[in-house]
Amino acid sequence: MSVLVYTENWDGRFKKLSYELVSYASGIAGMTGGSVTALSIGNVGRDELSTLGSYGATNVLSAETVPSGLDNQLYTQVIAAAMEKTGAKVLVMANNNSGKAIAPRLSVRLKAGLASGVTALPESVDPVIVQKKVFSGKAYAKVKILSDSAILTLSQNSFEIRETGGSAAIEAFDPGVDASVAKTNIRDVQKQEGKLLLTDAELVVSGGRGMKSPDNWGPLEELAGILGAATACSRPVSDEGWRPHEEHTGQTGKIIAPNLYMAFGISGAIQHLAGVSASKCIVAVNTDKDAPIFEAADYGIVGDAHKVLPELIAEIKAARAQ
Amino acid sequence: MRILVCISNVPDTTTRVKFSSDNTSVDNSGVQWIINPWDELALTRAMELKEDSSNAISTVTVATVGPATADPTLRKALAIGADDAIRVESETGDAYQVATQLAAVCKSGDFDVVLCGIESSDYNGSAVGGMLSEILDIPSVSAVSGLKAEGEEVIISRDIDGGREEVSVPLPFVAIVQKGIAKEPRIAAMRGIMMARKKPLQVVPAVESETLTGYLEFALPQAKAPCKMVDADHVKELVGLLQNEAKVL
Repeated sequence: MSVLVYTENWDGRFKKLSYELVSYASGIAGMTGGSVTALSIGNVGRDELSTLGSYGATNVLSAETVPSGLDNQLYTQVIAAAMEKTGAKVLVMANNNSGKAIAPRLSVRLKAGLASGVTALPESVDPVIVQKKVFSGKAYAKVKILSDSAILTLSQNSFEIRETGGSAAIEAFDPGVDASVAKTNIRDVQKQEGKLLLTDAELVVSGGRGMKSPDNWGPLEELAGILGAATACSRPVSDEGWRPHEEHTGQTGKIIAPNLYMAFGISGAIQHLAGVSASKCIVAVNTDKDAPIFEAADYGIVGDAHKVLPELIAEIKAARAQ
Repeated sequence: MRILVCISNVPDTTTRVKFSSDNTSVDNSGVQWIINPWDELALTRAMELKEDSSNAISTVTVATVGPATADPTLRKALAIGADDAIRVESETGDAYQVATQLAAVCKSGDFDVVLCGIESSDYNGSAVGGMLSEILDIPSVSAVSGLKAEGEEVIISRDIDGGREEVSVPLPFVAIVQKGIAKEPRIAAMRGIMMARKKPLQVVPAVESETLTGYLEFALPQAKAPCKMVDADHVKELVGLLQNEAKVL
């Protein structure tokens, strides 16, 4: 069964997520002896495109003339055209901002059942049956795709990258879609360059109401700096305006799955845990020994974050110096 | 300008999830139903926009797809301030089935702006808003964290990786909203609750629709190992565990 994977680019570059997607698509193709075609939209250099081959894509379609600003209707039609060209029965995309924007439109256009936020390979591909989280991580469900084609959106940091050492044939792709389809007028872009994105981060340091004041974030940011971690926060903290809402991690905020999540002064309401429970390792520091965060954590300290943070910084520095 | 807010009726987010004895369906006995949190934020923002008299917004309508048990949730939305409510009389199928029903509501209602929450807290599909816009063949903007009216135009902020964009699209359109669209969900006041009883709640029959996906089976996550506690006076020990046992530092 042939699989199409849409690999988004960020200013002409791919990132770990892109290779997770190709690895996942390659895993599905491998279940049936099919091949993987990757679709890139916008201007990406040949060297960068060829990296997709190392993770299992045998072909890369480069729709380089399509404008890079996201228009959901235009991108939907470009990806639909690539599905038609390749005859793929499965489309793999990321369960991120752009994937959530485009995948549902494609589901209607292609009449293809959508399973969003999957974390593992399907248990069967004909028909496609795949496990996904439901109730914000409180349960799992097996979803069966009832249509001929399927769209699967993959959660970030949930599927191990697999290098295959292969190489891909790169082909310029003209989707034959009229640019006037695009109706999105982008009036202004505000972007912080060089900042580690919370959703990309392998390590995350997070603070809750137990930090007591926005003025107390210094040590937390220092720890994040030393570790190369991103900073996050709980909902009350962003609601109070102590931290920007982009940092809110939890059910209604960002859902993350880093290798290490360190929670300082976060009690661990069920809505918060919904956003972080997929983390591979959780460390909790809280003054309340009965706080629910300790039920979700792997390692815990009952103590005041303001006392523990400076000691932790000193100990990590000391360990690094050895 | 007419606004439609699509509402999903979901179990309270603190609900303990239970299944039928054969694990093929969710057991909703004893569940408290609420407005899906993102839809509640969308409704809150819609009310803020309407209450600002400099915006030419005539009505805010709420709509849901479901059986009569969803009515109290629609009444809550009316109590928060929506002018009228529509319920499509149907069991809820998958996102495609729900989007097909909502598309029929949109076609009959001449709405200019349709607001949908980015996902529902039960099945986490992130699909209905996008599907709805494609069925209607109108623009959609996703990851929306800000919405304001400027004359006849609606200015939309959408989150992108590492920042945000300010965009506009021609009316009518679907905005798929997330955190940030409103500061906090609005709570119905007693006066609103009284008024909601008299506001129109229209029940319309379902149109023909199909499903593209189905749930076969549910399971609870496996219990995790208990938390290893480290004494607050031995922070060094924690660093050792993270380095040597968890191997994450």
